[in-house]
Amino acid sequence: MFALQAFTGLSVFSILMLMALGLAIVFGLMGVINMAHGELMAMGAYATYGTSVLFEAYFPSLMSIYFIVGVVLAFFATSVFGYFLERSLIQFLYKRPLDTMLATWGVGLILQQLYRQFINPRPVEVPTASWLQGVWQVSEDVSFPMSRIFIVGLAFLTATLVYLFLYRTRRGLLIRAVTQNRGMSGAIGINQKRVDAYTFALGCGLAGIAGSSFTMLASTAPDTGQAYIVDTFIVVVFGGVESLLGTIMSAFFIGQMQTWFEFYLSGSMARAGILLLVIAVLYFRPNGLFATKVRR
Amino acid sequence: MDKAATTEKPEFNPTLASTAVGMLERFGVVVLGVLLLLVVPLSLDVFRLGLAAKYLCFAFPAVGIVLIWGYGGILSLGQGMFFGMGSYMMAMFLKLESAANPDSSSGTALSAFFGAAGLPDFMVWNSIEELPWFWEPFHHVWITIPAIIILPPLVAFILGYVNFRNRVGGVYFTIVTLAIAAIMAIVIIGQQGYTGGINGITDFKTFMGLDLDNDTAKYVMYFITVVLLLLAVLVGRFILKSLLGRVLVAIRDQEDRARFSGYDSAMFKAFVFAVGALFASVGGAMFTIQVGLASPSLVGIVPSIEMVIYAAVGGRLSLIGAVYGAFLVNGAKTFFSENFVEYWTYFIGALYVFVVMFLPLGLAGILDKLRDVGKRSG
Amino acid sequence: MSKILTVSDLTVSFDGFKAVDDLSFSVNREELRTVIGPNGAGKTTLLDMICGKTKPTHGSIKFKDLELSKMVEYQITRAGVGRKFQTPSIYQDLTVFENLEISSPTERSVFGALFFEHTSESRRKIESVAERISLQGQLKTKAGKLSHGQKQWLEIGLLLMQEPDLLLLDEPVAGMSARERELTAELLNDIATGRSLVVIEHDMVFVKMIAQTVTVLHQGKVLAEGSMDEVQNDERVIEVYLGR
Repeated sequence: MFALQAFTGLSVFSILMLMALGLAIVFGLMGVINMAHGELMAMGAYATYGTSVLFEAYFPSLMSIYFIVGVVLAFFATSVFGYFLERSLIQFLYKRPLDTMLATWGVGLILQQLYRQFINPRPVEVPTASWLQGVWQVSEDVSFPMSRIFIVGLAFLTATLVYLFLYRTRRGLLIRAVTQNRGMSGAIGINQKRVDAYTFALGCGLAGIAGSSFTMLASTAPDTGQAYIVDTFIVVVFGGVESLLGTIMSAFFIGQMQTWFEFYLSGSMARAGILLLVIAVLYFRPNGLFATKVRR
Repeated sequence: MDKAATTEKPEFNPTLASTAVGMLERFGVVVLGVLLLLVVPLSLDVFRLGLAAKYLCFAFPAVGIVLIWGYGGILSLGQGMFFGMGSYMMAMFLKLESAANPDSSSGTALSAFFGAAGLPDFMVWNSIEELPWFWEPFHHVWITIPAIIILPPLVAFILGYVNFRNRVGGVYFTIVTLAIAAIMAIVIIGQQGYTGGINGITDFKTFMGLDLDNDTAKYVMYFITVVLLLLAVLVGRFILKSLLGRVLVAIRDQEDRARFSGYDSAMFKAFVFAVGALFASVGGAMFTIQVGLASPSLVGIVPSIEMVIYAAVGGRLSLIGAVYGAFLVNGAKTFFSENFVEYWTYFIGALYVFVVMFLPLGLAGILDKLRDVGKRSG
Repeated sequence: MSKILTVSDLTVSFDGFKAVDDLSFSVNREELRTVIGPNGAGKTTLLDMICGKTKPTHGSIKFKDLELSKMVEYQITRAGVGRKFQTPSIYQDLTVFENLEISSPTERSVFGALFFEHTSESRRKIESVAERISLQGQLKTKAGKLSHGQKQWLEIGLLLMQEPDLLLLDEPVAGMSARERELTAELLNDIATGRSLVVIEHDMVFVKMIAQTVTVLHQGKVLAEGSMDEVQNDERVIEVYLGR
């Protein structure tokens, strides 16, 4: 029972972590709050759904691997969208973070309505590949659904790749250089606009992967993303915006709490309880739970 | 951490200087008063007047948002929570009045059938047998009205002061307001037996014996709303014209410096946040009386963020502009819902983007520009 | 002479780096003290701690009878400490008059500010300060439109309005022309009467214009203290500045 509960928490955590990582990169590194982040997650979910429909129609024999293709497509669709969003809108608002929230909220509303009008106003579901349908029988009472194990694995893989990208590649180095010292990085000839756009695209792409994973847990509706946005912000703020590791730990913590609260309270009250708890904690640690003391 | 708040500065004119915004503020109250007290009631039928009254209720939080966002530099995406507090407290009073009056309420007939007289209908349906303690005070109008005026600002002040003192400002505070509005909506929906859940609280008959379906009552309530709204605008103007208004601008633009000028900036920000909450709460209460509904759909993040666009369309620095903004956006909403519902969301989505990108000062900003051009050529 | 400010065993560390390390020094009433030192010596951090911007890790800052390390910025300001920052920190969107008005110590509470009304005296005070900082002709100008030097003076003006007993100035002539420097030196000498000043400065010519006592900081500690001549001839100071 205990392990099962903890594991359910782990799969909530995976979604939250992927969402929050994307948001943390955009928010923590660039100071931009993207209120359309939830709709990008939904976009990733719909991309996965679209892939499943295509595979069912044209390559039914390859249905077992459609999900992997779906994840990749979700990433590309959302990051390309993110790239253009940054170029057309966000780049003009870097000095006005509060205004950015309003503008991106508007973008989110438009996306939602597009989903409603052109995809399906009702929730859609994706088929689960046969190899994800099974359970891993640990003992007589304890079993883990394969799909959830897969999601957790995917989340960790993605987090590792993001880490490697940011800290082990040249492009990651550029991102960190620009975020840490705009003036200097410009002076040494880094094309900041390009870096900004790529960073934003990466953050959006992670929301896409989160959306992909989400399809394994529940059905996707046009306003699915909106339901997750507040929790995602809270994860990022709770973790301390400057640290990606903090974000991961915070997502883990909140994901676990969520399942435990739900065990005792109804689902909606559990959510309310967690949000309230986090706000209370922020009172004691205004820079987030995992932030280090830095000179300001 | 509060850096973000201080960098928030599109190029605009922040004080009530001798600009068009200033002019509008100066003569605008009179113009607005004439419009709302004479032109609107004389030219609209009772149904349309009811709509106008509803829009005006949304102008209350918008006027508050001009104060806290335009001048205080605090973006609250949770004003729906204060609007909702006013709305629900009023609804509790109206519901209890309806439930206590057996002839006029179907709910009471039902509860009489179940043997729980005086209990609101939805409680009976949810098998709640006794009135919860926090409903008790709302039997009395003289508790209800002070509660509407005092509680939301008090909550806002505490929430604001605690956060601002801890230097939780800028986007962080915005996220906190967003989360709290979300919490309130979640709790209301989750606790159906005590709050009416997703359906809200509705089906009122009278307010202190006044039949709310009656045309005269509708006119009376409309005029009360207009007077209260004008009062809110005047209070806002008084604040902005005082030294306090200049201190707020100082804190918005250079909070560090203001602290080193000896101001407890957290106290000032919390104060203006509380004033905004007061306006929102009064708007919510008037909404419930006139529309006959308190609903979680007016509490959560979607309505809360929508309230900001009212202020943004009118102009974040113009109190009067906020009234026009609320009127126009809500008018557009009605127009879309009567003609092509599905395009409303596109419209308002695009409105957020458009206003932020091209009209950061809203309609008042356009007026300002026109005036500048006029000055130069004339 | 009695002390107005006594700093003892003051330490602050950021992530293990001690920006100010067990530092002690004191300032007399009506003294103009200049603090010099190479980059990273902890000069600005020291002022930040005195005025409450940065909280010390441990140690004590006594101002008159008050322990400043336990107070927050606005309380310290109200107690009589004024701070000028390195980059001009003024209210860009308010006029010169409004800038000065806001800095007046009369009404600092919410309701005090709400119901505040000018008297002829309060206006006169603002005008006289404006005159002292040579901005009397620009009372209605937005502060953001002033030249860099004028902004620096305006910030000094804000501090004069506050009537502090101790004034902390961080590089007051940074970015000024030679002429502006001279005027600023005059202004500071003028201000110094009746109050204590702590001035951080890099510009040695300027330091010579104003200096009475000079404190040299190095690696978060006091390296030397004395008159300008004494300090300039101090072996250790020469070593730190010129390297070995």
